Amino acid sequence: MGQKITIEPVTRVEGHGKVTIHLDNQGKVVQTRLHIVEFRGFERFVQGRPYWEAPVLVQRLCGICPVSHHLAAAKALDVIVGAGTGEGLTPTGEKMRRLMHYGQIFQSHSLHFFHLASPDLLFGIDADPLKRNVIALALENKDLAVQGVMMRKFGQEIIAATAGKKIHGTGAIPGGINKHLSVEDKERFLKGKDPMNINAMIEWSQAALDFFHEYHKKNKNVIDQFIEFPSSYLSLVRKDGALDLYHGVLRAKDSEGNIILHDIDYQDYLKYIDEEVRSWSYMKFPYLKELGKSSGWYTVGPLARLNNADFIDTPLAQKEFEKFKDYSGGKIDHHSMHSHWARLIEILHSAEKMKELLNDKDLMEGELVTKGQKQSEGVGLIEAPRGTLFHHYKVNEHDQIEMCNLIVSTTNNNQPMNEAVNQVAVKMMTGKEEITEAMMNAVEVAIRAYDPCLSCATHALGQMPLEISLYKGDALIDKKRS
Amino acid sequence: MTRKGPEILIYGIGNPGRQDDALGILLAEKIEQWAAELCYSFITVEQCYQLNIEDAELISHYDLVIFLDASVKEEITDISIERVTPHLKTDFNMHSVTPAFVAGLSENIYSRIPEIFQLHIKASKFNFMEPLTGEAAENLDRAFIHLKEFIIAWLARKKSGTS
Repeated sequence: MGQKITIEPVTRVEGHGKVTIHLDNQGKVVQTRLHIVEFRGFERFVQGRPYWEAPVLVQRLCGICPVSHHLAAAKALDVIVGAGTGEGLTPTGEKMRRLMHYGQIFQSHSLHFFHLASPDLLFGIDADPLKRNVIALALENKDLAVQGVMMRKFGQEIIAATAGKKIHGTGAIPGGINKHLSVEDKERFLKGKDPMNINAMIEWSQAALDFFHEYHKKNKNVIDQFIEFPSSYLSLVRKDGALDLYHGVLRAKDSEGNIILHDIDYQDYLKYIDEEVRSWSYMKFPYLKELGKSSGWYTVGPLARLNNADFIDTPLAQKEFEKFKDYSGGKIDHHSMHSHWARLIEILHSAEKMKELLNDKDLMEGELVTKGQKQSEGVGLIEAPRGTLFHHYKVNEHDQIEMCNLIVSTTNNNQPMNEAVNQVAVKMMTGKEEITEAMMNAVEVAIRAYDPCLSCATHALGQMPLEISLYKGDALIDKKRS
Repeated sequence: MTRKGPEILIYGIGNPGRQDDALGILLAEKIEQWAAELCYSFITVEQCYQLNIEDAELISHYDLVIFLDASVKEEITDISIERVTPHLKTDFNMHSVTPAFVAGLSENIYSRIPEIFQLHIKASKFNFMEPLTGEAAENLDRAFIHLKEFIIAWLARKKSGTS
């Protein structure tokens, strides 16, 4: 008779996730699964609504990254109103959206690194959970905790200044943007009282990387050996191969670094990507059609983006990118914990990009919207903080949405997260008779490296305790609730 | 912030696109209008989907903070207001945190903590739609009356030095 261990829900991961690990009589891990409860009803909900409502409506999906949904929907609708893809917008339209997006990446990555990942790094994966959290971080390293708070606040303020408001922003509209950046906001972000200005944000972003490098030197076992498995990687890149978080062509590399999706126009994504339904999970499993269901899965997110990009077009982040590439000898980097490193490089890149944009006069003047020949279908892609986000709409002759398909970043990372959990389970639970807190947390650390957002956007329903169930065969032999 | 008297933050939490989850946001909007009509410039109203770590910095600037939120707690029949005690226990979802956690973080990072309350408003449905359920709409009206009275009473206590 085998054992089944259930960890539910996963702590410090948004939404509701459950992990089951099955052991046989010899204590060998025979099956590991990450189950995710995800709402799929939204795609039906928007059917029949006027298409121009979509960029605001889709923000109801998620309280964590509404800006990413807002922009991905707007990009799809750019195509529908005849404004083309990214290049078709006016300079003001594109640059305002980019500023909003870099603000989103900056705040989301800062939250993840400083307040979700760094407690694991500072106190160790096997530390007491009461210590392995942001409050303990504040007590131990107050500067780091404060920097995390203020970097997130800065990003949120960029979003409010470009999207119009904190909740259900209206900034991005089909074909462009609905406002310029005010001179007051520009001055505030460029020259605000320390630390709330972009120069301080760049300095802190560099300091966070220094912190990581120092930690890495002393803890190679955690960063380099915790999890590593071969994967393909998918992301947008700019047409010249540069890292681009807002717009570009779709590229995928296999585990050896060979390009297997050759910088395609993402309007054609359905020719290359499909989604598999598995009976045990609410969340689908996307894959590259050419490689098939079993080997066509891929990873998205910061690690994928740095694996796919040829260079970064901001000087400080480019220097860090070179260090990152040199570390793996120019080869593809498969270390899941290096996602944290990649995320920090993207924080620095976003800060540099924000500074560049804040000094651009196009944000304060110029045409806001482009129109053209109306189309009946459009696809919008964006590199959300957690990875590639797909929005696809079809509209009818009455301007109503008749089809909506979304592939969210966490769905793209479904199989890699399952692979990561399995690797940790095999490494830490094989032959063990007792399931320790450290083992439990190691599983969670593996998942957190992907920063999954499993949110159904309804915070009142999202509060639930940690529940751990231990099965022997079908019999529940232990159950713990925090 | 130049202080002339006590500063109050009213903070509505929720997703206005998810039916009764909008209760906190809708009440915040009502209070904002009420405060504007009475020229209560010492009342600041904020809204968010979910609380997060940066709110620790925000609340550190105020004397009284009242979080407004939809609730599915069984013991709450319509509305309930309770004092928030800071705690050091982490929540599951670090993408969103509780008022108690925000209070705890503010205390630890900024060494300042205001008086904090949470007004729970009973909710029942969270579908992808905007109108509140009838029950939630009634609870919203009750909460509005109760919150105005609460603020006025708190100000009176502050003025008399009894709080």
